[in-house]
Amino acid sequence: MFLKQYIQDIWGAIKSLATGMKRTGYYFTHHKEIITQQYPDNRDTLLLPERFKGEVVMTHDENNEHACTGCTACELACPNATIKIITKFDVDAETGKKKKAIDTFVYHLELCTMCNLCVEACPTGAIKMAQTFEHSVFDRSQLTKKLNKPGSKVRAGVE
Amino acid sequence: MWSLSNIAANIDQWLNANMSPTWALIVEMLIAGVAVIGLFAALGLVLVIMERKVSAWIQIRLGPNRVGPKGMLQSLADTLKLLVKEGMTPGGADKLLFNVAPFVAMIVAMLLLAPIAFAKDFQLWDLNIGVLYISAVSSISVISILMAGWASNNKYSLLGAMRSGAQIVSYELSAGLAVLAIVVLTGSLRISDIIQAQENGWWLFKGHIPVIIAFIIFIIAVTAETNRAPFDLAEAESELTAGFHTEYSGMKFALFFLAEYVNVFIVCAIGATLFLGGWMPFHIGNWHAFNGVMDWIPSSVWFFGKTFFLIFVIMWFRWTFPRLRIDQLLNLEWKYLLPISMFNLLLVTLIAIMGWHF
Repeated sequence: MFLKQYIQDIWGAIKSLATGMKRTGYYFTHHKEIITQQYPDNRDTLLLPERFKGEVVMTHDENNEHACTGCTACELACPNATIKIITKFDVDAETGKKKKAIDTFVYHLELCTMCNLCVEACPTGAIKMAQTFEHSVFDRSQLTKKLNKPGSKVRAGVE
Repeated sequence: MWSLSNIAANIDQWLNANMSPTWALIVEMLIAGVAVIGLFAALGLVLVIMERKVSAWIQIRLGPNRVGPKGMLQSLADTLKLLVKEGMTPGGADKLLFNVAPFVAMIVAMLLLAPIAFAKDFQLWDLNIGVLYISAVSSISVISILMAGWASNNKYSLLGAMRSGAQIVSYELSAGLAVLAIVVLTGSLRISDIIQAQENGWWLFKGHIPVIIAFIIFIIAVTAETNRAPFDLAEAESELTAGFHTEYSGMKFALFFLAEYVNVFIVCAIGATLFLGGWMPFHIGNWHAFNGVMDWIPSSVWFFGKTFFLIFVIMWFRWTFPRLRIDQLLNLEWKYLLPISMFNLLLVTLIAIMGWHF
């Protein structure tokens, strides 16, 4: 009985090893199907996976309007102080009421870990992850970015 | 007809005609030494690029493709880089042992090349105990690993070296028993006799199933002896950074690296000699036309073809199987390979005594 189990063990081991070698042998003989990207050569036709995260950007529509209300939910969600939101008070021209609005959305790319928590936290979908990744610069200060475009304002009806 | 043995004989004649026999012998030894070093350098370059390409193709990548045509000069560029690097010796290290260890590894690999027949009548030293010599000298290689691990004054190096010691001491046994199967069938320890006995067919085909089992055990055991994956516990990158050669840099590191690849070549050459007929061409029974075509291919091509096929198989193992744990490694040897190879040796002896082999 012991001997039967012993031989069965050896047979099972050899069979599973052969299965693995058959798989890798198939890959070796069919090396036309390459899964890696030949990056600097195919910059124009680069195919990035859908969930690849490169940097945080704020989406602006054709009227230079964004959806950021300055609620600072993203700033609170960020684990390492990558985002800093500076707010201001706009005065409404008709009613004369003061209204909180975003002045500058500061984004420190050099601190960002691409964890996606800010995008998850945003209640209005104002920011998203872009797929750009060639971020190297000669001066570190260039990595501190201002995400809202100059002269942009919040889109009507978002709040 | 140009062949390696003809070239060697011509050089021997020319030297003996122009100088005294003593000087001729000294010059021949020098030529052999230079040839061995040249073979080492060439093997290192070829095997490193071969390993990188095989691993890339198995993992559906392209591999090195920048330096030279199709990346074939990559290993040459890497060697140049290693040559100009500084060979550091750590402060707390045992200086003498630390610096001697890589050369011990190299010298063992060089000594092992002596009895290998590279082509018909082309062998450095056809001594009458060739197989015993190989198994004796190859076990010295563990000394260099233990020296490197001990002298580095580093816990990772020491752990790697101790694992390697346990591993090589155990796997020497089943490798030796697998080799004994062929020695029993041939009745001689001389490499040229073993090759001559396979003139009418390789032992792998003549010896029935027991020799096939011995061949499989031999391949597993030598993979473990040369410290290659799935038995690379001595260097285990993910656990011990680089094991016994963690502290080595520059050319001293390169010597360990080179010794590993030359050892792989040597064990594959021994496997090809014992089981696949060395430089003997492939013959099928009475197919005279087929056998004639096979004879036309030079014997050195047969030898290197078989050896490189076995090297490819060992590389294939490396890029397919996950690494074993130390207890699994010793279980495999003492509970499976050793009992099987002992029983198998009895079967082979029975076959040899009764003359059941072809």
